[in-house]
Amino acid sequence: MSRSLAGKAAIAGIGQTEFSKASGRSELQLACESIKSALDDAGLAPRDVDGMVTFTMDSSEECEVARNLGIPALRYFSRTTYGGGGSCAVVMHAAMAVATGAADVVVCWRAFNERSGMRFGGAAMQGASMLPPFLDMYGPYGLLTPASWVAMQARRYMHEYGATNEHFGRIAVVDRKHAANNPGAWFYQRPITLEDHQSSRWIVEPVLRLLDCCQESDGGVAVVVTTPERARDLKQKPAVIRAAAQGAYDDGEMCTSYYRDDVAGLPEMAVVGNKLWKDSGLKPSDIQTAFLYDHFTPFVLVQLEELGFCKRGEAKDFATVERLSIGGELPINTSGGLLGEAYIHGMNGLTECVRQIRGTSVNQVPGVEHALVTAGTGCPTSGLILGSS
Amino acid sequence: MSERLAPTTTPDTKFFWDALKDGKLLIQRCKGCQTLRHPPRPMCPRCNALTWDTIEASGKGEVYSFVLPRHPRWPWFDETYVVALVQLEEGVRIVSNLNDVDAADVTIGMPVEAYVEHFDNVSLPQFRPRRNA
Repeated sequence: MSRSLAGKAAIAGIGQTEFSKASGRSELQLACESIKSALDDAGLAPRDVDGMVTFTMDSSEECEVARNLGIPALRYFSRTTYGGGGSCAVVMHAAMAVATGAADVVVCWRAFNERSGMRFGGAAMQGASMLPPFLDMYGPYGLLTPASWVAMQARRYMHEYGATNEHFGRIAVVDRKHAANNPGAWFYQRPITLEDHQSSRWIVEPVLRLLDCCQESDGGVAVVVTTPERARDLKQKPAVIRAAAQGAYDDGEMCTSYYRDDVAGLPEMAVVGNKLWKDSGLKPSDIQTAFLYDHFTPFVLVQLEELGFCKRGEAKDFATVERLSIGGELPINTSGGLLGEAYIHGMNGLTECVRQIRGTSVNQVPGVEHALVTAGTGCPTSGLILGSS
Repeated sequence: MSERLAPTTTPDTKFFWDALKDGKLLIQRCKGCQTLRHPPRPMCPRCNALTWDTIEASGKGEVYSFVLPRHPRWPWFDETYVVALVQLEEGVRIVSNLNDVDAADVTIGMPVEAYVEHFDNVSLPQFRPRRNA
């Protein structure tokens, strides 16, 4: 028996709420709505569910979700760490549960009011006098936001490889181009040009402008994971897990891995990528489309390198708008990504890749056999390869 | 005088913050293998020793990376402030501020030196361009 998850689980359903800036309802309600929507999509009922995986950061308790949906018995429940870094790990955990028989039908979700409720980005620090311990070595000096943590690392990448903020801007243009064609995206029908990007204000100079940073959104996204055999008997074409991996690396921190010999890379993503290629038996040229987690544009370039789509330092030349857009060699973030569609901690990139496998995306890539999905970067992360069979 | 957001001192980091009150920037050193490490932590990743002492940093270093956070604005900082990742000559890196310099003149590789600034609520290492560099 092969010791990998390849072919042992599948995503049978996807669901979501609308994506907004003020949902007007509780995070628990968003979680329940998105899970019900995913079960309806699969053709399953809440009573069929016996497993749950969400993020450690998610505010909805498993038992509260179960008692709202009417899920009678849970046999497996777990959570994944490091925020958006766990957005593929939830599926990996669910797939492991399904593959081992710990559970038969596992729902994974992320639901939050990240814009109208508790915002990230240091807003909570505005009235604070003391720092949480993980910020002890950064907060006193004014490095208080995810944008600034990422920018310090990306600034070194720019120095070593000659990448500029304009190179990063191409990712924003690609995402907004795809979002412009997605009625569910916040930035539907609002594409941008590289000039728009270059004239947007600095958030962290000289690395990140406003249009390099993902949105803040309210919403919920859920998926249903079960065995490929069961998935084939349900309503939708299954998106089969060809590989799934988490990755952390030596001397790392949550978002401030500044102490390694090499600060310009994302070795966590290399850990993930190496495992994905090994377990799937695939190579980068076998991937037709990808969601590359785009909380901040520079790390999309670094991911292209760490995953082997191009060589170290070459992403600034590889990552052209043409290559990464619909019709190009490697269309990415076809729903608009976290910049263009919504920021649901990566889960909306995952569901878009499921649609690509099904052939139902608004920006459908022809003949998708394999889609690559990544999770939040700069921190411990995760990734998936989904297949059409 | 002014304030900064203060760290939550833990048993692992107390020595570092306490020494700054006395004007000293310390680097943790493993007693098992003499490896220096920063930020402070309880165990040496090289030899797993739990015993450690400290050396006082010379304060000399170079800018390894730096950024100018522009948004959001914070009550503790001027409109323009430089956050630098400094490579100390002893080999470890530390995040701090780089002061007494026009932000437009900061470059990666620039020689800098540490000093300790006593804010109302906390003492912090700060850096400035190295004199006689």
